[in-house]
Amino acid sequence: MRYMLLIYNNPALYESWPEEERQALFADVEAIMAELRQTGELVDTAALADPSVTRTVRVREGAVTATDGPFAEAKEQFAGYLTVDCDTPERAEEIAARWPDARYFAMEVRPVMYSSGDEM
Amino acid sequence: MTTFRVGTPAAAEDLLRELAPQVLGALLRRYGRFDECEDAVQEALLAAVVQWPDAGVPANPRSWLITVATRRLVDQWRADSARRNREVTAALMTPSHRTAAPAADSDEVAADDDTLTLLILCCHPDLPEVSRIALTLRAVGGLTTAEIARAFLVSEPTMAQRISRAKQQLRAAGARFEEPPPVDSARSDVLHVLYLIFNEGYTATSGPGLHRVELTAEAIRLTRAIYRLLPDDGEVAGLLALMLLTDARRPARCGPDGSVIPLEEQDRTLWDANAIREGISLISRSLTAAKLGPYQLQAAIAAVHAEASQASDTDWRQILALYLVLERYTPTPIVRLNRAVATAMVHGPQAGLDLLASVEADSRTATYHRLAAVRAHMLEMAGDLEAAQRNYLLAARRTISLPERRYLELRAARAGVGRRPTG
Repeated sequence: MRYMLLIYNNPALYESWPEEERQALFADVEAIMAELRQTGELVDTAALADPSVTRTVRVREGAVTATDGPFAEAKEQFAGYLTVDCDTPERAEEIAARWPDARYFAMEVRPVMYSSGDEM
Repeated sequence: MTTFRVGTPAAAEDLLRELAPQVLGALLRRYGRFDECEDAVQEALLAAVVQWPDAGVPANPRSWLITVATRRLVDQWRADSARRNREVTAALMTPSHRTAAPAADSDEVAADDDTLTLLILCCHPDLPEVSRIALTLRAVGGLTTAEIARAFLVSEPTMAQRISRAKQQLRAAGARFEEPPPVDSARSDVLHVLYLIFNEGYTATSGPGLHRVELTAEAIRLTRAIYRLLPDDGEVAGLLALMLLTDARRPARCGPDGSVIPLEEQDRTLWDANAIREGISLISRSLTAAKLGPYQLQAAIAAVHAEASQASDTDWRQILALYLVLERYTPTPIVRLNRAVATAMVHGPQAGLDLLASVEADSRTATYHRLAAVRAHMLEMAGDLEAAQRNYLLAARRTISLPERRYLELRAARAGVGRRPTG
């Protein structure tokens, strides 16, 4: 079963931390990534750049508008994801629980849809 | 990792694929180191691909491969650092009759046993399911890591990592090739893994699914190999029959756009008549001769479907009776769900809905999309189109399969059209 683990956080919190605490957080991430590579469960991962370098695109009545931001000080924002392939949903939740952002913000565990199916 | 499939004539390729697990088994029985034995076998296969086209296939190809692989293994140990010295000595001290190529007529049985023992080892219940599947396809099926990775839609390094970890876990679990568990207790683990491989391939329909069809072929090939070794085992015959009867429907089960076509709407003239004939003959024989089991019952159900030339000819009474027996062997909510479908077909939708209520009470399936889909179907049969539509949409939201979602949304729309004239 394939799950996408959506990472939510607020960079402002981590920015306020002393350097060594930030390093400890990165080390936690490194440790779990190393484990997932070793077990072969990691499929894909990406971290997203700061929301301030985001462009938001909308099409209204055929007209395209693109704006900078959002800059709004959201409490939590989408920061990245990892896709894992694991035996059970419980294992996916366990991985999410060990991701450091889960301690301060939240992780979402979403099953990935697949392009095959049973005859029903 | 070498591959012996490129540029090899088909007959030689088949021969090598059949021999590879036997050679690996023979080496493991003597030396017991999975990684190193596998590397040595790969090199021997490569040597065969290079040498056989010119020199001809040797009189006893299996012995040839064992001899070459053993030599590579010993070479490899010699080349390794000094800390391995002890092991080299041990290998060299092995009595020559154990490493020498066996006589051409000596041990066909041992060769078969080696394949079976290797399968049992790869399907060790201490391994996670994905690892058991990968290891079986790699070591017994002879698929390359790249092929397995493609079939499971992961990158090659990811799959290589899974396989290498599976080998470590085997070692940690203390699995020893020299003392494999008895065939009786391990057989169901092996059949389960083959069943999973088949399903993985069968549920694929389109796009990358083209690669995954190989998985059904591979599962059938491996199950056939076990059937040859254990022809009197009813469950082995049952699983082979189940695979053949299910796979026979493949040409009819999805539309050109990758959409799912349910059993009742399939064009049955597209079914593979040869596979059906073989499946029915296998299951008929084992039902009368062997000890009954769940794979045989599922195969018998598939056979009843296969015998109906159109959906309305289906002998649902017989299917219902078979599900009642199956539920005694495997009392899972899924089997009960299927029994509810058969009940609705025999005794009407209300009887089916009553039985569904007991499945709904089970927390394991309360949010299972097929439950909502089956309920929708029965409500539609009963003429309650509004509730049917609601349940089709619920099922569509819960499935994680895109073609299933499209199919369920279509059914919801159809139920909606059906009730528009009156409502």
